[in-house]
Amino acid sequence: MNAKLLLSTASVAIMAMSAAHAEDLTLCWAAWDPANALIELSKEYEAQSGNTMHFEFVPWTSFADRMLNELNSGGKLCDLMIGDSQWIGGAAENGQYIKLNDFFDANGIKMDDFIPATVTGYAEWPKGTPNYWALPAFGDVVGWTYRKDWFAKPELQAEFKEKYGHDLAPPATFDELKQIAEFFQNREVDGKKVYGASIYTERGSEGITMGVMDVLYSFGFKYDNPEKPYDMEGFVNSESAVKGLEFYKSLYDCCVPPGSSNGYMGEGVDAYKSGQVALQMNFAFTWPGFNTDANVGGDKTGYFANPAGPNGDKFAQLGGQGISVVAASDKQDAALTYIKWFAQPEVQAKWWKLGGYSALRAVVEDPGFATSQPYAQTFLDSMAIVKDFWAEPSYATLMQSSQKWFHGYVVAGNGTAKEALDGLVADWHATFEEEGKY
Amino acid sequence: MMLKAALRKAHPMPDPIQRVALATPPKLAHQIRGLSDRTIAWLFVAPTIFLLLAVNIFPLIWTIRLSLTNFRTNRPNNAVEWVGIENYRKILTNPDTWASLQATAHFLVWTITLQVLIGFTLAYLINKKFRSNDLWTTLIVLPMMLSPAVVGNFWTFLYQPQIGLFNYFIAFLTGADPASFSMIGEVALAPWAIIIVDTWMWTPFVMLICLAGLRSIPPSIYEAAECDRASKWRQFWTITLPMALPFLMLAVLFRGIENFKMFDLVVQLTGGGPGATTQLTSIDLKREAFEKWRTGYASAYAVILFVTVFGLASIYVKALNKVKDR
Repeated sequence: MNAKLLLSTASVAIMAMSAAHAEDLTLCWAAWDPANALIELSKEYEAQSGNTMHFEFVPWTSFADRMLNELNSGGKLCDLMIGDSQWIGGAAENGQYIKLNDFFDANGIKMDDFIPATVTGYAEWPKGTPNYWALPAFGDVVGWTYRKDWFAKPELQAEFKEKYGHDLAPPATFDELKQIAEFFQNREVDGKKVYGASIYTERGSEGITMGVMDVLYSFGFKYDNPEKPYDMEGFVNSESAVKGLEFYKSLYDCCVPPGSSNGYMGEGVDAYKSGQVALQMNFAFTWPGFNTDANVGGDKTGYFANPAGPNGDKFAQLGGQGISVVAASDKQDAALTYIKWFAQPEVQAKWWKLGGYSALRAVVEDPGFATSQPYAQTFLDSMAIVKDFWAEPSYATLMQSSQKWFHGYVVAGNGTAKEALDGLVADWHATFEEEGKY
Repeated sequence: MMLKAALRKAHPMPDPIQRVALATPPKLAHQIRGLSDRTIAWLFVAPTIFLLLAVNIFPLIWTIRLSLTNFRTNRPNNAVEWVGIENYRKILTNPDTWASLQATAHFLVWTITLQVLIGFTLAYLINKKFRSNDLWTTLIVLPMMLSPAVVGNFWTFLYQPQIGLFNYFIAFLTGADPASFSMIGEVALAPWAIIIVDTWMWTPFVMLICLAGLRSIPPSIYEAAECDRASKWRQFWTITLPMALPFLMLAVLFRGIENFKMFDLVVQLTGGGPGATTQLTSIDLKREAFEKWRTGYASAYAVILFVTVFGLASIYVKALNKVKDR
């Protein structure tokens, strides 16, 4: 009798303890479509763990402002942070994320199981070393969408071929891309005036830098001397980088819809969905939305990875984020259970189905992946050629400098491309000097 | 107790002060009776002074202290070094700072000029008695009741070259293609785009202050002028304008201070662009402080702006007082 009583008391105590351990976790991320998919996905975690998930989503244009403020002030709002890839250096060096190596080892989570570019981009600091501060959560990359239905019109095909000597098809080079944009600029299609391309021009946060970099990489831009880190003279402002920047400005001058002086992801989506543009630069996360859209969905839209630059180089700007545990959180253990659950292959497979771009190789290397969605192959092609902006602790300062110089040259038309890139080198040099890099 | 009884006897219906005296517990009343007027005055003022010190003076001193260091909020682990006036030197020799100050000065001068001219004219007209006078006053003051963020957002649509009403209005007047110009995307037009919106929003405020000034002029002065056969023009220059001038100057002071720290409206409209064409000092300061996280540098910047506004406002208030005393 005593033994039974003891046993039942013990089981009640264990239940009470587990109930006491059920935590309220808050996950912070940007307010966008994938965040809604994550809410759906996380219901499974809540059911399994007993923990309750709360979400703090902030629009992209103020996401960095709001969340970096939270991290810098040691705020306890977020237990889990799906932070931008460029934050990783600062968050690691300033002790804002917890290091995950021991946790990964203890739970059999291997970084080799994830797309290498996402591990480097979202998880590692210093880059190229096995020090992990995040689990790759959402793979993303800048690519292009185009109006497949307009491209298929015989009269347009014939006119284009006559004018440019090749087929109206997804471009193989940036020169071809510009030809297509010029061809559609101010053209009447289906009784409506349309424009060439929507590209990033936003001034306030990171928009124009993401757009310009997406083009510059393929023209030969390099952040610094591979032999001598932080030596930027002749790399950032190389002749080929100048040509790339001139190309971006020429694309802006010739081929964007009127009033496109301050547009980023949202404005690009609007321009494309409303049938204004033939081509649209945007992150891959927008593609599922186009695919199901009533106006441009299904067969009307095609996708292509960045075309090649003048020397045949093909690169694309990395987007996406890793998921980290915030060091200021009082619920780190519970937050780690979320990451452990999220890393499971079956959860990652479901993540992709719901609209989240999984970075797990088991998902993206599955034989059925490339044909699972019309944009899946383009996503794979783009992820294979990614490069990312500085992920240094001083990334925000570096970003503000590039925003100023790129917007000043491309949109405001101040000076020359060479002057803009020389100015950028001077600003970045001053920032790194303050950081004691020289 | 004796005092209370005497008071009750003398004033069966005591006034509020006496009621407070009656309600004060005897022990406390005894203690207060022992304090001098000066001490009691200090007791009443102390909470306000404490709040002022905590909310205004302490942050100001702390900002000045930070401005002499290389402190960065996003580097809590870094040692904070004393850099003397280095931040001030960097700011004052930075061409971007002067570009921002220039943009701010352009914005200030034009918004104040336009708002004073239009605001005073509207007040002058509204001050005349006519039918539906009150309705017009209400309609005119509507813009200033809106949130600057909302105003910024909907003017972005009005300025949209393809669908914006503003572009179509200009096109109607000039015959130009509405899509041929972008108010917020062109270097030549963007500074005027923000001036137009601020003027649209805040002219009613200037009008209200001027209206108060015009209505404070006694009608007897105009009657005397009529008796002297002074023309309407002369009445305006010798009575209306001089007597409304202190109010006008007050409106200029309020709008000047407000527009010197203008942020939300311009961020919504242009984000400081194109390039840095509309990057006013407050936007520049915010970027330094909360995007680049150069806290020491931004503190020095804030101190420079504070001294500038404080100095100019002090000179201006002295001039205002002189005009009032005339």
